[in-house]
Amino acid sequence: MASTPDSHNAVVHDGLVVHDLSRRFGPRWVLARVGFDVPPGDALLVVGHNGCGKTTLLRCLATALKIHHGSARFGGLDMWENRAELRHKVALLSHDSHLYEDLSARQNLDVWAKMGGLHKDLDALLERVGLEHTGKRPVRAFSAGMRRRLALARVLLKDPSLILFDEPFSALDPAGRATVAGVLQELRERGATILLSTHHHEIGARFADQAMRMKEGRIVWKGPSHELLSSGGHP
Amino acid sequence: MTLLKQSLAVAYKDLLTEWRQPSRIAGVFFFCFALLLLFAFAMPNTQMLSDIAGGTLWLGLLLASTRSLDQSFHLEMENGALEGMVLWPVPPLAMFYGKALANALLLTLVTLALTPLVVVLYHPVWNGDIPTFLGIVALGCLALAAPGTLVAALSVQARGSSALLPLLMFPLVVPVVVAASKATTLHLEGDIMSQVDDWMRLLVMFNLAHWALDGWLFTRIAEDG
Repeated sequence: MASTPDSHNAVVHDGLVVHDLSRRFGPRWVLARVGFDVPPGDALLVVGHNGCGKTTLLRCLATALKIHHGSARFGGLDMWENRAELRHKVALLSHDSHLYEDLSARQNLDVWAKMGGLHKDLDALLERVGLEHTGKRPVRAFSAGMRRRLALARVLLKDPSLILFDEPFSALDPAGRATVAGVLQELRERGATILLSTHHHEIGARFADQAMRMKEGRIVWKGPSHELLSSGGHP
Repeated sequence: MTLLKQSLAVAYKDLLTEWRQPSRIAGVFFFCFALLLLFAFAMPNTQMLSDIAGGTLWLGLLLASTRSLDQSFHLEMENGALEGMVLWPVPPLAMFYGKALANALLLTLVTLALTPLVVVLYHPVWNGDIPTFLGIVALGCLALAAPGTLVAALSVQARGSSALLPLLMFPLVVPVVVAASKATTLHLEGDIMSQVDDWMRLLVMFNLAHWALDGWLFTRIAEDG
């Protein structure tokens, strides 16, 4: 993965290839010339302080935000130009849970499955994230950790090839973290391409061989995850 | 997956959400009922009450519809579910038609629940048949739902959306209120001059124009990146 933005024209693979990506809100650029690539089936850990642009980067790659300069490609397709097609393959686990508060966990998965024309064993999914005993309780009555688990189940429903995790371990107890870690491991074994943004770099580094550190909308370091770990998160 | 199936899935989701939290639709019903009651108290004599029964029903429904339309998009904003639908991906057209259909069904339900109360409160002459009355109700509710859903989508992210929605919606639906009120009143009175068909034709044309045009406009605003 170790490559500079300028060298990305030469990157040839069907994974995620980001070149010179920039995004502004009003006059302020929050992402500036970000470039990296993640080969298919690999995982990349993204770290950085709050406000450094991690979430904006993930939202651009999820096609929730338009890229104002540069490009991002996945599976050889430009992500914004082909967003209708790529949205079937890309999933984002974000700060917003995308859940309906008045519906139960199963009803939430059911309506998302119906809206996407997806046929999955919903009970098995709920069991996978440890929410099989929530019954008819509405999401409104769930704890933050339970919502996070259900949001993860919703992402798994789609069976995506590129998964963007934005702080997947936040608001989770140790058991919840173990569940998310187990799902991440399964996704890696299944060959999904993963981008993982987290403050828990010691957990994140277990699932990603490569890492990058962002500051003020730019990449300030890229390298192997073990270097990030050995430097205490500040290489 | 076809547009129809996805639209029906969105409508199913909206109706299921309302079913799980019936206080919202009950709130719309009681708001409309209170308006009808207040109008009845304000009228000086019972003959006048009978004459304005049809118009008052639609006016009350119009005012109450702003509440239900506003709520339908606020639910989508709670946890970013609207963005979730865009990224799922649910096509914007399916989103619009699904939500508009669910809104139309809920408005129809409220109208049907209010009709017996209008009969008791306003004592209108009822010479018309039930199927035509149901046709007028369905056409009127569909005609309120399409532009209402579009305007609710436009206003939901604005500060003070509940005040903005009626300001944007009322000028658009004046023809609906006029046509539905006239059709209802004439139908209840017996329609001696056979004018109900013309008012219903106007509602059909309004529906055709708005269900096509508003769907297209919604797709334009659903994604601005």
